[in-house]
Formats: sequence, structure tokens, C-alpha cells
Amino acid sequence: MPVNETLSQYSDWLYTTTVAIYVLALCFSLFEQAFGAKGRRAAERSAQRSLVGAGAPVIEDADVPATPEAPREVGRAERIGRMGASLLVLGALLQLTAIVLRGFAVHRAPWGNMYEYGMTVTFVTVVAWLVVIRKFPVRHLTGFLLLPVVILMFINGTLLYTVAAPVVPALQSYWLYIHVSAAIIGSGVFLVPGVASVLYLFRTANDKNPQRFPKFGPKLPPADVLDRIAYRATIIAFPVFTFGVLCGAVWAEAAWGRFWGWDPKETVAFIAWVVYAAYLHSRATAGWRGQRAAVINVLGFAVTIFNLFFINLVTAGLHSYAGVN
Amino acid sequence: MTTTEAPPTNPQRPYRPSVAKQLLAFVRNTWRGLTSMRTALVLLFLLALAALPGALLPQRRLNLGKVEDYISAHGWWGTLLDKLEFYDVYSSVWFSAIYILLMISLIGCLTPRSFDYIRQMRARPVLTPKNLARMPHHRLARTARKPEAIREDVRKQLSGWRRIEREEDDGGYSISAERGYLRETGNLLFHFGMLGLIIFFALGKLYSYEGQVIVQADGSQFCNSGIYNYDSFEAGLRVDGTSLDPFCVKVNDFTARYTPSGEADYYHSNIQYQSGEDLQTGTWRPYNLQVNDPLRTVGDRVYLLGNGYSPKFTITFPDGQTRTQNTQWRPTDQTTMLSEGATKFDQPGITDEAQRRTRQLAVTGVLAPTSFVHGGVLTSTAPQLKNPMVAVDVLRGDLGLDAGRGQSVFEVDSSRVADGRLKQVARQNLAVGQEIKLDDGTRVRFDGVGTWVNLQVSHDPTQVYVLAFAIVMFAGLGGSLLVKRRRVWVRVRPGDEGSPGTVIEVAGLARTDQAGYGEEFQRISERLVTGRKGS
Ligand code: HEM
Repeated sequence: MPVNETLSQYSDWLYTTTVAIYVLALCFSLFEQAFGAKGRRAAERSAQRSLVGAGAPVIEDADVPATPEAPREVGRAERIGRMGASLLVLGALLQLTAIVLRGFAVHRAPWGNMYEYGMTVTFVTVVAWLVVIRKFPVRHLTGFLLLPVVILMFINGTLLYTVAAPVVPALQSYWLYIHVSAAIIGSGVFLVPGVASVLYLFRTANDKNPQRFPKFGPKLPPADVLDRIAYRATIIAFPVFTFGVLCGAVWAEAAWGRFWGWDPKETVAFIAWVVYAAYLHSRATAGWRGQRAAVINVLGFAVTIFNLFFINLVTAGLHSYAGVN
Repeated sequence: MTTTEAPPTNPQRPYRPSVAKQLLAFVRNTWRGLTSMRTALVLLFLLALAALPGALLPQRRLNLGKVEDYISAHGWWGTLLDKLEFYDVYSSVWFSAIYILLMISLIGCLTPRSFDYIRQMRARPVLTPKNLARMPHHRLARTARKPEAIREDVRKQLSGWRRIEREEDDGGYSISAERGYLRETGNLLFHFGMLGLIIFFALGKLYSYEGQVIVQADGSQFCNSGIYNYDSFEAGLRVDGTSLDPFCVKVNDFTARYTPSGEADYYHSNIQYQSGEDLQTGTWRPYNLQVNDPLRTVGDRVYLLGNGYSPKFTITFPDGQTRTQNTQWRPTDQTTMLSEGATKFDQPGITDEAQRRTRQLAVTGVLAPTSFVHGGVLTSTAPQLKNPMVAVDVLRGDLGLDAGRGQSVFEVDSSRVADGRLKQVARQNLAVGQEIKLDDGTRVRFDGVGTWVNLQVSHDPTQVYVLAFAIVMFAGLGGSLLVKRRRVWVRVRPGDEGSPGTVIEVAGLARTDQAGYGEEFQRISERLVTGRKGS
């Protein structure tokens, strides 16, 4: 079936608009991070709550309902932060529309080449982050997540852009839906713990020595909140990513004649997998929890980004028919 | 779960250990070191690091030509990398070493853990500690509810937990509960699955083979009866090529469909095959071979990997004898299928060796399936076979076919052209049916174009086991990551003289990763303390 040029044109426009909206959300969120105090305090409160019991036992009255929290006053920075979050939701909706239109334009799953892949991965990252800020009071950190997202979307829309086209016969398989979507969800979610771990490293450096990052460090949520975000997101992404790699092997057996052949993309996916496995291990190894684990997670973040956006540019393998050459 | 700790060593005694004892100690310490969690971590890193050059440098297995280009472009540095096996990373000594160490380490840590596991599965939850306030999570509350009502309620609330209740001296009681045993099950499954996967993957490398062959798509046949039938063949150490699974394939046709912009959209080839008993009875079974859909028979798989054109030339020699050949030419551009190649002929009926070597002919050049000639230059504008043309050089002389050196089927030995042993005797564009007349009366006619397919035959007897272990590993991973191992203790006692009601104390400990137990404990303890569902 021929490509629908009109739909693909609309998709491209929406993509550009999405990037613009994310940039705006990024600015709003940085404003809240710089001038707001609320989110930070909320984060500290929740951290304290989870530490209840660490001190001397306090007897409470179970049958009396806990006193409701005092009504929260809303500052200007906080209002701007909320607007940023709303923009983020709007951007995500636009990005979703761009993806869907692209799919209709080419009559297949909208992840048949690098550009489409990058578009969907960043969408997953943003959605994962929206879930995080619903569960943890870290909305003011949105800018730090959006920074890599916007950069990657920019590279994706310029360097890796591919016009809408059908895919080669080897990609015409239902495995395109299963393998690639698992890889997309896994990789997209992996970008969240990466950012959380970077911030964790700043925060713990400041905790240990308040001279380091004296302005920036104290404005970050407590280390254990960041750690929890990183760990939770990783243990969700890791099995999904594993599933994606396994399905890729099954597909490769049918399409290329071997289930594993150390093609560059396969190799880097394997490396990323091993690094995240090492992260999970480090959390169970005495002396490796905390900062070292976070460093490993950041390493995984770097490998994931390299795998997503750059491996196809530096080497040519079987996977490189994905659009750019 | 837990890393084994070395037992306390005996106080030093002033005697000299025997050599055997020293050796034993060395082996034991090496073993302990190798199987500790920290070593596994380091090995994992090394493995990731060692795999990296394979993604960044060209690899022989994937692309031989690129490796040679790379070596010649990088001088001594390129040669050094070659010596260190950087172009064969995944079969290199150092990669295998890491791989094997990891395997040993894995076996070493799985063995004690399996025993631990069996012990734990039968164990009952630990007793409630005296001082619950020392636990990482703790809560103490007073309630108007009666102790026995609370006991019923706690039992109900903790129904999925493994529990043990004890009466205590001060008239109260305590309940110790634990859950998440499935985590350890999943964890062991994951690691055993991975171990099996690694072992069978390695075995597969020994017993597998992979061969490629070009077959004309005109009813030509290929039989898997020996290595010599293949154009290229790669096999594991334990395959000597004498006992391949016998089967035959007949390629009847090949169809490619293209999009208007010239990109391939769909390939398929109607083939027939016979294997097993069919070989005796001569029965052929049909199969529609497509990309993503290999033929699977007698443990081998046959893939449709590539395709191309073969021009057909007929030579009429001065004495009236004719020879016809359609040799495959290789596409140099996938979007237009412009192809190049060399079709080689020996003049029949010449017995004198020296004279024969002056009379060999080669037709070389390019083939355009959809031809377009501009200023005498032939190009192709589309991949389909619409109006094919060839632009050929006819070379005469000594092709060197019997010089003892293997030659590419796609080209002539260019050194023979350079030193004059092969001379160009004609150059012309030909449409189908046209011919060239050479100076000695020989005529070269372009008869038409056929299609060929490139088939790959793969054999890997262990891949189903690899898949099975991969599934075990994945299932185990789910349990290992999603199930949480947690302990909860509840202690209930009547209040003191001055303060009526019941005192209820709840404490919690995460046996595995701590992250996130805080909120969960908050929820559980809220329910236990207040007796209300949810919060
Ligand atoms: C070679 C020796 C190994 C040892 C001693 C070992 C030990 C362990 C232990 C004790 C755990 C439990 C951690 C916990 O419950 O939190 C664990 C979990 C895990 N291991 Fe291993 N392991 C080894 C090798 C490997 C390898 C080679 C991989 C993968 C490349 C791997 C992947 C995992 C994963 C993904 C988990 C789950 C992490 C979690 O439960 O949080 N292990 N391992």
C-alpha cells in the first residue's frame, strides 16, 4: 500500500511541536527547581515518614484518625511547576498522536526505522516519568529528565530523520510488534533510572561534604527517594528488556538463520543487559550499594543511549537497514 | 541470598603445613574467591567490556573484507589488534576465558545456595525478637480492641503469609510472619536457566554448521550431501562434514515484488524438497520459501537470503561448436540490481594445453535489468527485469582456471589482464538476442537473463535447549524481581494499670532489597493496628 504523504506530514509537524512544548516544560520545571520549596519539603516529609520507627518508640493512638495535613499554600514557583507538568502531559499526547499518524501513514507498526524508534522510545520515557511524578514528590526534577529527552529528540529529528516508507521484507513479521515494542518500552523506561542515579550522585556527594554542589545538592530530594525511583524503574524495565532481547533472538533465528550472531546491535544490547544485571547484583553486594550501584546505573544509561541512537551510525550490521546508512 | 562467609580460622599453631595442605588451601581460597558475589560482579563487568570491541571493530565472521581494509588502513596498530584477536572477539582466548570463569563462578555460587534453599523452604519463620523497636520499621499503638479480636484479625490480614504464633509471659502473644519465598525460587531458576543457556550456547558452537549456496531458480537442484556442494561453509569443531543430514532442494522459481520507488517489498521462491524416506521413494514436497519463513527439515533450516540475475551467453566457435552458460552475476546496487560478473568459457576440442591457454574466453561486464543507455554508458533504472542489457568486454587468453589458485566466480584474475595473458578483444552493449562477432569468427550471443537465489543452510542441534533455558531464566527473573521477601512481627499485650486498652506493636524487615518497604510497611501496619482494610 502506498505511503500516505499527508498523514506523514502532519506527523512531522506534531513531532516538531512536541519538541517545542517539551522545551517550554523544561524551562518551567527548571524555574520551580530553582525557586520553589514545596516539592522539596514534600519529598523530605515522605522520606521522614518512611523512617518512622528508627528512633525511640513513640506510642500513638490507633483508633483516632490521624490529623489531616495542614492545607498547603501554593507558591508562584509551584504554580509554574504545575503548569510545566501540564505541558508535559500535553506534549506526550501530541507525541502519541505523531506516532499514531506515522503508523497510519505507513500502514504498519510505527517503529520500522531509527527515527520512528527514537520517537517512540522518548515517548515511553516521558510517560514513565509522568507515572514517577504521580507516585513521588519529584515534579520539580522534570527538567533534568527533559534535558536528555529534548536533546535526543532533536538528534532523532535531524540526523536520524527518515521519510515515511514501507519496510524491507525481513522486517515484515509480527515479531516487529513484539520484539521492537518490548525493546522500546524497556529502553524508554531505562532512561528514567539513569537520570535519577545521576541526581543521586550529586545529592550523596553533597550529603557527604556540604561544600560540594552547595547550591544544587540541597535542592534535590533525599538520596533514598532518588535511589528508590532508580531501583523501581530498573526492576520494571529489566524484565521487559530481557523479554525484548529474547524475542529478538527468536526472530533472528527465523529471519537471519541464527539466533545470536554478535551483530553490533545485538552486542550492545547484551552489554546493556549485563550492566543492568551488575547493577542489580551490586545492590545485594556489601560495599557496593549506594554510590557504586548508582555509578553502574549511570553506565547502563550511557550504554542504552549509545545503543538507541548511535550504534547504527558508527557501524553497519544487519540491524542497520533500519533507515540510516 | 547470603554470601558464604569463611568460618573462623583456628588460632595459629606453630607447625608448618605440608605441601598438600598448602595446595588444598590455595585451591579452597581460589574457589571461595571465584565464587563470591563480588567476583561475579567483576566478571560481569569484564564480560561487558570484552564484548565491546566486537561492536566497534569489524569482525571476520561478519565481514571479512572490512577487516582486511581496516588492517591495511591502520598499519602496525591494525596488525597488533589482529594478533590480539580483536577481529574475532567472540572466539578469542580472552573472551572465552571470562566466559568460562563466569560459568564456574555461577556453578560455585549456585551449589551452596541450592542447599540453603532446600533448608529454608522447610524452615518456620524466626521467633519474634525481644526488642522490636530495633527493627528498621516499627510502630507502637494503643487500641480499644480486645487482644483476641486482634488475633483473629491479624490472622485474616496475614493470610498469605507463613506464620507462627507464640504466647508470651506477660499475658500477651506474638505473631511472626514471613512471605516472598517464591523470590528465592525465581532467583535460583533464573541463575540455573542462565547456566543452562550458556552451556548449550557453547555446545552449539561445537556442533553447528552454516553453509551458503547459490542456486539457479530454474528447477536447479542442491543436495546437502557434502561440504563441496556449498559456496561457503562454516562449521564447529565437531563437524567434519562427512555426516550432514541428507536432503535435496529444487528451486523452481523466484519472485520479487518492489514498491514504486524500487525498494524490495516481498520475496518468495517456490521450492520442492525431499528428505528422509522421500529420498528413497523420490517424492518431492512443495514449499513456499520466504524471508522470515525458512524451510525446516531433518534438523536443518533452509533460508532464502539473497537473489540476483545470471545472464545467459552462447558462444559459437569458428568450427561451429556451441557452448551455453548462465553464471550468476552479483548485484552491486540493491535498488537497481545493476550486476557485475564474469562468465568463463573453455574452447572445446583443443587437446594441446598450450594452445588451449591462448583460446579461453571470458565475458565480463555489467548487467542492467531495466536498462538505460546514455552516451554509450549503460545504467539500470529499476530492479525488475524489464528490458535487460549487458555491457561486456570479451577477453581472450589464459584465464588461469587450472593454475591451482581458487578464483572468484564473479571476476577474472585482473593480474592476467595487466600482464597481457588476457587480452580484450571486444567491447559492446548487447540487448537480448544481439551478438558480437570476434576477429576469428567466434560469435558471442546474449540469450537472456535468469534468476538465482542465495540459500543458507543452518544446523544447530542445541538451539531448542537454549530456548528452553531462556524461558526458564525469564520466568525465574519475574519471580526474582517482582516477589518481595518481607517479615512482619506483631506483638499484642494488655495495657498497664493506668492506661487501659491493648498495646499493639508491629515491626518489619525487608529480607532482600530495602527500597520501597517503607511505604508498604506503612500500609500493612496501618491495617494491623487499626483493624481496617486499606487506608
Ligand atoms: C557468578 C556468580 C553469581 C552469583 C554469586 C550471583 C548471586 C546472586 C544473588 C545472591 C542474587 C540475589 C540478590 C537479591 O536477592 O537481591 C542474585 C540475583 C540476580 N542475579 Fe546473580 N549471581 C551470579 C551470577 C549472575 C550473572 C552472571 C547474572 C547475569 C548476567 C546474574 C543476574 C542476576 C539477576 C538479574 C538477579 C536479580 C537481582 C535481584 O534479585 O535484585 N547473576 N545473584
